[in-house]
Amino acid sequence: MARIFAYIVHRSGVVDDSADELITTAMKIDRAVSPIAIVTGWGPDLDAVCESLRSSYCEIWKVGQEALAYPNAELVRQALAKTLPPKSILLVPHNHFGIDLSPGLSIQLNAAFVSDVVGIEGVDGESLRLVRQEFGGQVSAHVVCDISSGAVISVRPGAFKPEPSDSISGVVVDQSSAVGSLAARRRYVETIVAETGAVDITKHNVLVSIGRGIQEKENIALAEELAEELGAAVSCSRPVVDAKWLEKCRQVGSSGRTVKPKVYLALGISGAFQHLAGIKGNPFLIAINKNAKAPIFQVADVGIVDDILEFLPVLTEKVRELRAVAAK
Amino acid sequence: MVGTYSPAQIADWLVPGRNLFLTIHVLGVACFAYIVVKRLVPLLRAERDFRFDRTLVRVGRVLKFWLGQWRHPRYKFAGALHILIFAGFILLAARAFAVLIVGVSENFVMPGLSGRFGHLYNIVTDYAATVVFLCMVVAAIRRLMFKPARYAVPARYGRGHAADAVFLLGLIATLMAADGVFAASDAAGHAHQGQPVEALAVLSLPWTLQALIGSMSMATLWILNVTAYLVHEVTFYFLLCYRPFGIQFHVETSLFSVYFAKLDRGTIKPVRWGVSDEHLDQLKSFGVKKFEDFTWKHMLDFYSCADCGRCADYCPANAAGRPLAPRFLTIKARDYAFQHYPVFGKAHDDEPLIGGIYSEDEIWSCTTCAACEEECPLLVEYVDKIVDLRRGMIDDGDVPQSLQKPLKALESRGNPYGKLEKQRADWAKTAEFRQTCCVKILDAKGGTDTLYFVDSITSYDDRMQSIGRSTARILDELGKDFGILGAVERDSGHEVRRFGEEMLFHALRDHNTDAIKASGVKHIVTADPHAYNALKHDYKDIPQVEHISQLIARGVKAGDLRFNPVKNEGNVYAYHDPCYLGRHNQVYDEPRSVLDAIPGLKRVEMKRSRDRSFCCGGGGLMLFYEPKEEQRMGVLRVRMAVEAGTNVMVTACPFCMVNIEDAIKVAGLEGKMSVMDLTELVDQQMARSTRAKESGTANCGG
Amino acid sequence: MEILVCARRVPDTSENEIEINNAGNDIERDELVYSVNEADNYAVEEALQIRDQIGGNVTVVTIGEEDSEDILRRQLAMGANLAVLISDDAFTDSDGRGIATALAGFVERGHYDLILTGVEAEDGAAQVGGMLAAVLDYPFASLVNSIEVLDGKLRVSREIESGNREINEIDLPCVLSIQTGINEPRYVGMRGIRQVASVPIPILRASDVGVDQGAVGKAAAKVKRVDYFVPAAGKGAEILHRSRKENADKVLELLAARGGLK
Repeated sequence: MARIFAYIVHRSGVVDDSADELITTAMKIDRAVSPIAIVTGWGPDLDAVCESLRSSYCEIWKVGQEALAYPNAELVRQALAKTLPPKSILLVPHNHFGIDLSPGLSIQLNAAFVSDVVGIEGVDGESLRLVRQEFGGQVSAHVVCDISSGAVISVRPGAFKPEPSDSISGVVVDQSSAVGSLAARRRYVETIVAETGAVDITKHNVLVSIGRGIQEKENIALAEELAEELGAAVSCSRPVVDAKWLEKCRQVGSSGRTVKPKVYLALGISGAFQHLAGIKGNPFLIAINKNAKAPIFQVADVGIVDDILEFLPVLTEKVRELRAVAAK
Repeated sequence: MVGTYSPAQIADWLVPGRNLFLTIHVLGVACFAYIVVKRLVPLLRAERDFRFDRTLVRVGRVLKFWLGQWRHPRYKFAGALHILIFAGFILLAARAFAVLIVGVSENFVMPGLSGRFGHLYNIVTDYAATVVFLCMVVAAIRRLMFKPARYAVPARYGRGHAADAVFLLGLIATLMAADGVFAASDAAGHAHQGQPVEALAVLSLPWTLQALIGSMSMATLWILNVTAYLVHEVTFYFLLCYRPFGIQFHVETSLFSVYFAKLDRGTIKPVRWGVSDEHLDQLKSFGVKKFEDFTWKHMLDFYSCADCGRCADYCPANAAGRPLAPRFLTIKARDYAFQHYPVFGKAHDDEPLIGGIYSEDEIWSCTTCAACEEECPLLVEYVDKIVDLRRGMIDDGDVPQSLQKPLKALESRGNPYGKLEKQRADWAKTAEFRQTCCVKILDAKGGTDTLYFVDSITSYDDRMQSIGRSTARILDELGKDFGILGAVERDSGHEVRRFGEEMLFHALRDHNTDAIKASGVKHIVTADPHAYNALKHDYKDIPQVEHISQLIARGVKAGDLRFNPVKNEGNVYAYHDPCYLGRHNQVYDEPRSVLDAIPGLKRVEMKRSRDRSFCCGGGGLMLFYEPKEEQRMGVLRVRMAVEAGTNVMVTACPFCMVNIEDAIKVAGLEGKMSVMDLTELVDQQMARSTRAKESGTANCGG
Repeated sequence: MEILVCARRVPDTSENEIEINNAGNDIERDELVYSVNEADNYAVEEALQIRDQIGGNVTVVTIGEEDSEDILRRQLAMGANLAVLISDDAFTDSDGRGIATALAGFVERGHYDLILTGVEAEDGAAQVGGMLAAVLDYPFASLVNSIEVLDGKLRVSREIESGNREINEIDLPCVLSIQTGINEPRYVGMRGIRQVASVPIPILRASDVGVDQGAVGKAAAKVKRVDYFVPAAGKGAEILHRSRKENADKVLELLAARGGLK
């Protein structure tokens, strides 16, 4: 069985949650083999990351070069292609970086490629059986992947839960010398941070989040009333921002903000993974949606099949009544 | 004429009076003719418009709307003013002509206006001139002091028009006064010399002036007379030549704008007159993109607008704060024509209208309710122009993203929601409903009398499906042998056409027409006024179509339908006229008669009802468009219901239902106001007969 | 600038209900309506806007069966200069690499400064763009939401987390995958399509794009989809089944218990 590598995403010396999730993924592929963490970067940040990985990974390959200080997928791709042994299996989180890196890398490595994997069923000889989703999560598919010449597999963040492990003390191996020069046909310039806007939804403990089910801009008032009564903030999924009904700073999701509330009310949100990817910390999730088959009901703690435009006023009224009683 | 002299006989000026005034006549008329010809230039470049048919009908409408000023009393005070002014002008025409000619031929008398009749005419016109004069004063005071809201010009459209209006009023008043002084000084001169002279009408303007100047010397009187005459001449010709530069051009063009006005309510003009559907592919461009793409009649409309603001006053989009006001659609186009086809100077053309004088949102904001067309005293048309402008935008691919999705869904699935065709009849298949009523799906075997054309919103929208079920039960109760097309039915395409997607409309229409013909039905009924209007006016060669309210009204009258009394006698009901049932098709009374037939039902009228009904917000594709507005039209309408003391609104259109229900929520009136469809109310109140239902379970619910 | 857009004909997500067929091995395809992949449509619009600004040509290519012609015609109606269909039984059941290989073969027949694809299609794989770039050895950027043309290179912004944008400079020729929302695509109606009804769309075979049959298709595919299924509901949410008022009461109770009330 080939070696399994996990590409580690990090920022400012802090390791992304996906690092631990990829260990679970690797274990599902082959329980017997420990995955090797492979990290690119530069300087003290890289060192800090490698150090913190020692408690979860047995072996950490450090690939450091000044050009890699910012994770430019084009450069990382070249670096990994030079560093990874042939026929390796590389696991990458399926986020904006993974999307940028992995397909091209699979070609360079002459390896198979499967993206956005949500389940691993096992290996049969040289055949890896996986589960993906298609059509926005409406159906799942069993996929077989020929790993005889290696594979690059991007993994859906949050699909594999990190498992507690015994404490270990991993070894950092410096592979930086293998990299050599990198052709910089794509150059990182800068990051433009989104304006924070009126509200910072990441700071709220309770979020009243609306999706396409709100139907019209004017109906957002219904959510705002509830949010006000609860002392919560209104957030939303991407379609609401695309329709320009709410500002971008309120969007929860992989291309929006990442939130860690205690309670999350998902109103008229279907539950596409890009949205769920923005919800961390396992909040108490209450979902209300007209469509009983909406994927959100798979991940919610409590669900109600109802029209949010009818339900919201009723709930808001009850909160008001409760307050009125409490105030007396 | 003073004493024995008339202005024609002036001999001691540079030029003899006769020649001078003749020259003024010739110059004046030539000037006017030149201006008119220049004004006609764009019309010669315009698209054709077939308006030369049905002469008798058109003449009749001229008598009613132009001569009879039929629309004017809709605004009582301004209407009365205008009727007086108009009548005055008509009466004074011969007199003015006579005064002009007198300067060239001193003894001129209009043929037919000599002797006693002539004297009577002069009395009448003395008063007419007085009335016109007074009206000018009143109108000017009204403009300057009372400033009616509909005349206001929002900043983005430029300066106010009051100065120009008052200038014109002043000119006309001057004309009347000059005529008055001329007649007064003439009579006074005669009186001075002891000659017999016709008495001026007592207390008229000329009479009053004569009282003032009667004691002046002959020399003064002569100066007054000649001066008044000159002033009259110059003012007359100045007005004549000035009118084509502004809103007063309607004095000349109104006759034509009324004569050539559109005869067929509820219809939409073809993409191009004279080009049949099969040949549309050959056109290089669809719709109106530049000014010259308008038809000559539409350009004539731009000239004919009197800037009265009645259209914008009744436009629901304007009331909601959308960037649309019909009045300014016209005024901006008129100004464009004046600028690009100037009387003096070269014409320059071919600028795009959208992004120029019009904005995209302005044109998409219109719900085609035609309240504007209903008010306009000059019968200026708007809906066709909006549709043509939309056709142009669609042709250029300039469609708001919010509309692209439903249009695409209409193309692939035949409904704007993107739902599956096979689910179109699901509303009739719910277990609960099937126990009360069986709805046949029509097939090619034929033999069914009536088609219930359901259309998309009633078929697919969870809430509106209840209208479908109520309608089916009513048809059952009326003993109608009916069925629906089911999965084969497509959207009627009513808004598709009115939003400018003509080819998609043809596809939907042709598909539905084939299905309707194949079903072999003899009658069509629908509960959706948009479908009703489409089937009645946009479709050809299909059986006669009626709205369900008409069937119900007939059934009530014939005693086929009886009602139980209302449970809650405290409810106050108001009927909201849907635009496409009411104004476009003039079905006002049948729904009301149905409501009045329900025992114990208390009904009031809202302000703005019948042909002045206030659009709920629009239907079809308008439900998907995201307008820029300050308020929802539906909210404004619901507030009118509150004002009328209603707590239950009744409407007869699923789109009105959607908009009003929404508005009730947004306005925070839940629990205080509710809305029902006529069919739901009838279904609820009708006393069901115990006649055994013929099961006819073949194709029941499909 | 010579721009190539790689498009794909997919079942329209908003106008279809995706269900598993009776055999359980595919989705029910009988009543599906198809259209061009949404992200690809945005890519074509972007290409057209660049062309209208600086001149050049826009070519749209797709690999599919003969019915893919309808989406190509739509893109022609949108304003593309040329549309090409690559169709060959040899491509059936290709994996992403196989498709990328075929497309690369096509690219090498011509000369393109810029190649665009949509970020992802209905299968959510998001792979063809990156693979194509690697086969051609062109630089690549994904999730592009704005493009500025400079001299011999582009300045692009990529959509990253939290609504932030990563600005990169990328040399031409390159491949970009385009994210939805980058622009507002123009409308194409029935009339537009009829106007291009007689424009020829060349159909190329595997040999025309210099692709060896052994490199594409089912046999060469390293990744194969076995079936479609809907996973057993699992635990999922506890669904409240009572009346609206009672449900609201329960929600209130839960909110209070979980610290959701101020």
